[in-house]
Amino acid sequence: MKKFIPFLALVIAVLVIAVSVTPVKNSTAFDLVGFGQLPVLSNGRIKPLDTVARSSLLQLQGKQSVKLSDGTKLSPEAWLLDVFFRPEKADTYPIFSIHNQELLSLVHKGSANESSEFLSFKDFIPYLQSIEDQAKLAGPIEEKSRTAFQRSVIQIAEDLMLYERLEHTIEKPGTTDFLGELLQFQKDIPAGVQAVRLKQEGKAHDEVIAQKVIEEGKQFMDLSQATTIMVIPSADPVGHPSQWRTMGQSLLESFEQGGIEPSALAFAGIGYAWQKQNADQFNQLIPLYRDELNNGYAKALKKTSVETHFNTAEPFYISLCLYTLAFIIAIISWLKWPDSLGRASFIFVLSAWLLSTAGIATRMWLEGRPPVTNLYSSALFVGWGAVALCLILEVVYKNAIGSVAAGLIGFGTLLIAHHLALSGDTLEMMRAVLDSNFWLATHVVIVTTGYASTFLAGFLAIIYIIRGVFTHTLDKATADSLARMVYGIVCFATLFSFVGTVLGGIWADQSWGRFWGWDPKENGALIIVLWNALILHARWGGLVKQRGLMCFALFGNIVTSWSWFGTNMLGIGLHSYGFTEAAFWSLALFVLSQIAMIGIGNIPLKNWRSFKANP
Amino acid sequence: MTALLRQFKDFFVSLRLTVVLLGLSIILVFWATLAQTDLGVYGVQQKFFHSLFIMVKIPGTEFPFPVFPGGYCIGGLLFINLIIAQISRLHLSWRKFGIWITHLGLIMLLVGELLSGLLQQDNDIVLDNGQTKNYAESQRQNELVITDVSDPKIDDVTSIPLDLVADLKTVQVPQIPFQIVPKQFFPNAEIASRAQAPNAPAAPATQGVGTQAVLMPLAVTVKDNERNEPAASIELVGSEGSLGTWLVSADPAMPVQKFDYKGKTWKIAMRATRRYLPFSLTLVKFSHDVYPGTDIPKNFSSLVRLHEDSNQSTREVLIYMNNPLRTHGLTFYQSGFANQDRTAILQVVRNPSWQLPYIACLLMTGGLLFQFSIHLVGFFSRRKPEVKLA
Repeated sequence: MKKFIPFLALVIAVLVIAVSVTPVKNSTAFDLVGFGQLPVLSNGRIKPLDTVARSSLLQLQGKQSVKLSDGTKLSPEAWLLDVFFRPEKADTYPIFSIHNQELLSLVHKGSANESSEFLSFKDFIPYLQSIEDQAKLAGPIEEKSRTAFQRSVIQIAEDLMLYERLEHTIEKPGTTDFLGELLQFQKDIPAGVQAVRLKQEGKAHDEVIAQKVIEEGKQFMDLSQATTIMVIPSADPVGHPSQWRTMGQSLLESFEQGGIEPSALAFAGIGYAWQKQNADQFNQLIPLYRDELNNGYAKALKKTSVETHFNTAEPFYISLCLYTLAFIIAIISWLKWPDSLGRASFIFVLSAWLLSTAGIATRMWLEGRPPVTNLYSSALFVGWGAVALCLILEVVYKNAIGSVAAGLIGFGTLLIAHHLALSGDTLEMMRAVLDSNFWLATHVVIVTTGYASTFLAGFLAIIYIIRGVFTHTLDKATADSLARMVYGIVCFATLFSFVGTVLGGIWADQSWGRFWGWDPKENGALIIVLWNALILHARWGGLVKQRGLMCFALFGNIVTSWSWFGTNMLGIGLHSYGFTEAAFWSLALFVLSQIAMIGIGNIPLKNWRSFKANP
Repeated sequence: MTALLRQFKDFFVSLRLTVVLLGLSIILVFWATLAQTDLGVYGVQQKFFHSLFIMVKIPGTEFPFPVFPGGYCIGGLLFINLIIAQISRLHLSWRKFGIWITHLGLIMLLVGELLSGLLQQDNDIVLDNGQTKNYAESQRQNELVITDVSDPKIDDVTSIPLDLVADLKTVQVPQIPFQIVPKQFFPNAEIASRAQAPNAPAAPATQGVGTQAVLMPLAVTVKDNERNEPAASIELVGSEGSLGTWLVSADPAMPVQKFDYKGKTWKIAMRATRRYLPFSLTLVKFSHDVYPGTDIPKNFSSLVRLHEDSNQSTREVLIYMNNPLRTHGLTFYQSGFANQDRTAILQVVRNPSWQLPYIACLLMTGGLLFQFSIHLVGFFSRRKPEVKLA
């Protein structure tokens, strides 16, 4: 039985990964997958509608699928189609989540489901004006001095705006038969344009049709300003992405061009089929539009298909599950069957890591960038780098310590990444000064590796303390090997955090004219370097022994988490990004837990269970 | 060696001192980071890093008291510790070669930071499309200038440091036939026309635009994106008596104030301190691109024409993010824009020691790599027999 455990682990890991990367089939009669793959331009990049739907849902409600009040579930694509083409239905879906009690009291006055924290757009309609007013009042206040209510009201105002923009991506508000209107408009264009021209020249003209066309023009103008999602590709595929247009802009141009853009008609047709719930028509139109896009947009289509596939595969979520599994099995291996269970946990760590690698590589290919471009991807990469080091440790020591640390850090960083993804699409465009693949590939990657290794040293120290204080399992050989690991990892961390920090200085010198500017993020990185140097000097000078080294390495966790997230929360400096209160409390809790752990580490050695047993 | 000297040496050579100093520097950097919310980056640099001690006023008094070692103190002690330890404790050997190189790099880094703190000058040059300038302006310092503009070809400028004005010191210099007597000084103030604020008290002036203006003192700002605009009322006293009192302000919107005295025309103004360049710069075009459908900036760039009087050479240079122009020991960076993308702000930096950190970092990286590689090789060669035994 024991012998087969690693083999079983391998089979499970392969199966889990195979299931996750298998392309999903349409679960309804409609080709929703094909619809989700259609490319649009949003937030500066070409992305599939699937990503638009998922990142919007994440921002609005914190999860990717919609659960209706009667318990049925909607896929992101089905939800987006309803938002686009059946707004009267979509408005009743409970997708806005509010946690702030004051804000809830503002909007719950009239609504029926007072207990629910998820509200529909319809629930908000009577209060849109008061929300807008409150948000305007809160707007000018500096972010860090806003009250919880002010922050939530601004957040909900942004969410509502996002939702309204989505609703107006394709159809005019209040229209019942958009396709019919467009086809009629198509016919009216020549005569209408002629009539308007004559009218301007003061000559005899058909006033009815002139008025009709002018009215249409006004509506298209409104539509063009009601959204930022550009669904109409530029006529010239190699042209600059700025030539993509919103539906409204494209319809306005049809006055000049004398006809409506085929892609505009395609979207209107898809909408018609969805409104009528005509699956055959829907399923014919999607490939038709894809075929047309294939002339020139083949590469973009390939990318959006891969991205959709990536979205549904959820490699980081699967990795998170595998890391958890690896962690539990590795812990058990310290108590029973160390060889076979140790090997099994190693297989799970390795497969989770390989899956994360594939996920990060896919993101890099989609974005055309080095791995770390924002806080979200830094969380992925910190986990990836730390687990890579754990794998090396495990290959060298084969005592499951590497697997436990990998499970812990892999799980933790992916959980952080999951929470960071709630702010929207994680493949963002790089602000001008960051737009340098060279520095992103060197400074950012190296300094993030420094974070990863400092964390790893700290987590190894946690293992040392917990095993030593609470169990009998920390024998001298294990303790010594842990000490060697921590020492080695601290050396590695010193090197990487130092090189990464100075490369940052050199980048700053290249772009701002100073090597060092005492910016909070720079200071955070400097503190990591100083702390690692302090650990090494304290050890070389014999000022700390094994246990002292562990407590110092543990404090490295606090230092690193401060540099990684704490500095961004000050709301000042060049690296500051918006941050939630929840993130602040999580950080505070983490710091407290680490201090507590250091406290436990300082319990006199005679009270450690491991050392009591073997004095 | 006497006992005292040995004690002294033992203190400075010890690794304990190194660890304590590293700990203190961590506290210093952390504290300074938190203090930025109140003091701004510049204030923090002055108070925490470019100082021997952090001075805090004793509550209720104006008396400053040192509470913590500052950057110069910790850096200086680290420097001494490093050098003495290096000489007396670490002997030259291949095993210690990496540490030698790393410490040498660290010494250069500390010296470089000290030098750039002392020598670096930061100025801005603000150019509208098509505008030409041969000077840069200080981001923080201002000056009071009295200019003899009688000769249409040459302006004869006398610059008076603002410290003197702030201390209300009377200034008398040979180039100017009158005394400058500062009456009032405001480190930051807003000037408005009296018509806009009819109920505000009149500005303290009897001559020039000040008679039509009101002055509203503002709190000094420490934010990095805001500027203090000091103002002062200045009485000019000739040999026959007072010429009157003028209101001056560093607000760029302040009109030019001229007056005649003893057959010459004079101009009085307060402005950002100017540093003249050995060439002139013309902004040909500023560009600001955003990603489609967003307001995320994709690129800022300024196309400038650089003209040197000395050899009549002219060339065009494109300055953009991460790509500054280095010339004449100065570096020009794209730093900002204003005025609906019609004005470019370039930062002008003179830092003679800018290369030191580059060399220092190279040395330290090489040293650390070397030293840790030795550790790693040693680790694996020690492990091998263990594995065989097991």
